Amino acid sequence: MSAPVRILNIASNTFREAVRDRVLYNLIIFAVLMSGASILVGQISIDIERLVVINLGLTAVSLFGMVIAIFIGIGLVSKEMEKRTLYTVLSRPVRRWEFIVGKFFGLAGTLAVNTFCMALGVFVSLLYVSRHFQKQDGWVLVALYFIILQFLIITALTLFFSSFSSPLLSAVFAFSLFVIGSFSEDLRGFAGITHGVTRWVATGLAYLVPNFSALNVITSVAHANAVPGAVILYNSAYALIYATMAICGAVLVFERRNLK
Amino acid sequence: MKASRQVTVVVSLLLVGCVATSVLLLRRLDQLRTGATLEEVLYISSPKALKKMSLGYDGLLADIYWTRAVQYFGSKHHEGAQDFALLAPLLEITTTLDPHLLVAYEYGSNFLAPPPPSGGGMPERAIDLEEFGIRHNPNEWRLYYNEGFIRYMELKDYAGAAAVFARGARVPNAHPFLAILAGNMAEHAGDQQMARMMWSTTYQSSKDNNVRANAAAHLRALQVEDAVTELEALAARYRQQTGRYPASFSELQAAGLLPGTPIDPLGHGYKLMPGGRVEVRVPDDLPFIRKGTPAGYVPPASPKFLPAD
Repeated sequence: MSAPVRILNIASNTFREAVRDRVLYNLIIFAVLMSGASILVGQISIDIERLVVINLGLTAVSLFGMVIAIFIGIGLVSKEMEKRTLYTVLSRPVRRWEFIVGKFFGLAGTLAVNTFCMALGVFVSLLYVSRHFQKQDGWVLVALYFIILQFLIITALTLFFSSFSSPLLSAVFAFSLFVIGSFSEDLRGFAGITHGVTRWVATGLAYLVPNFSALNVITSVAHANAVPGAVILYNSAYALIYATMAICGAVLVFERRNLK
Repeated sequence: MKASRQVTVVVSLLLVGCVATSVLLLRRLDQLRTGATLEEVLYISSPKALKKMSLGYDGLLADIYWTRAVQYFGSKHHEGAQDFALLAPLLEITTTLDPHLLVAYEYGSNFLAPPPPSGGGMPERAIDLEEFGIRHNPNEWRLYYNEGFIRYMELKDYAGAAAVFARGARVPNAHPFLAILAGNMAEHAGDQQMARMMWSTTYQSSKDNNVRANAAAHLRALQVEDAVTELEALAARYRQQTGRYPASFSELQAAGLLPGTPIDPLGHGYKLMPGGRVEVRVPDDLPFIRKGTPAGYVPPASPKFLPAD
């Protein structure tokens, strides 16, 4: 069996295991309900029905997806160790890096399917308030694509943290990086007004943390503003490279980890 | 009855009792703490701090704050309040969170500008709000129109209104009426015809039923004021001819001064009072009229808006 096939097997098993989790369904249902509730919120305000559906719906998809990514991601390695199934897997001709990469793809697939289900709720709500889809609603798909890119980064980071730390600490680290990453543009601004060594350190940190703010175009698409093709291209490349970087870190740590 | 069934019944009854009691307690608390929820909402009063804390989900937070502004204004307006202290901060937070939320400028300035109880009585804050909107959305002609409208109606700043209309007229795809308003402002500032043009533009250019109903009410008020002025002038002329005021409109018709029975824009006949005064029959249906109201008439705290069409 070749490495890609082994990775695919681990990914499909991870996907199957994740979709069996009832908490996952609760979160998805809750996100879909929030998209539906946006119709009610729009009705107690003036002239923002469509805006509320997009803003609330996509925010629910993004935040609930983050929660799912973090809380499933932190258990991917530790659960296998607790249940001792990791040793069974690694005793077969499966390399440690294949295990990590397979787990990443499994969770990424789960999140993509979840996002699709939650996005359906958003589009049904949008159809309800607008009566028909408009051309500019296509940009909502771009916002959803960026949300999936955010999930890829957070999944890779969660996997990286869980490769050397406890589930609780991994969750704390991942969530903290999500918050810091949302401020990354401010961090760069802060670095710009400092001098000397502080400037180098601050700039380095600003570029090291994931830039989640660039991947958040929810408010912009809610106003039917177009997202330039170059932004889509660069964001895609950035998210894939950052996720690869975090996966590389996870593999490096996991390869050296004493599993006895 | 089995023990487990007894437990189920007792616990179910307890649950229903607790739900009912908690609802009653909450209702009592609501009565004790009227308005507390909205007053507490501004414990973070800095729009910039809120924008940072939104973690990039500022659009959603702006929608929430806009909804709060609408609810705040609606509840205050409904109770005929004279103080709208939180309205301007709520609108400033909303527009800082999402500077492209045009609806917040359009309606927000109309909430802020008119005197209480129709609005917050803060035309200067309304103009600041519109200027903030223009800085972030320089190609939205409606923002220039709104600002000019407030300057004209609330501040009687005709030169300022003309300047804003002229700025707006230069915006691509601006409503052609902006250039006309800018041109006519210097010549006709302050007269009824100018006010009629402004409200007509608002009525024709807005798609919102509430805005159109408000514009229609103002247009009806202008029509009534013109009619009352004209009818009272006819009554005075009749007195000059006969030495006494007419007892009814039919006397004016008989004298050849009036072609038919005058009716207000809602189809009700006017009342001719002793002394040649003219009054409307249902003043509550004609908010904003400054002439033709019965002596001692007190308008309702909240103006009654009839459908625009």
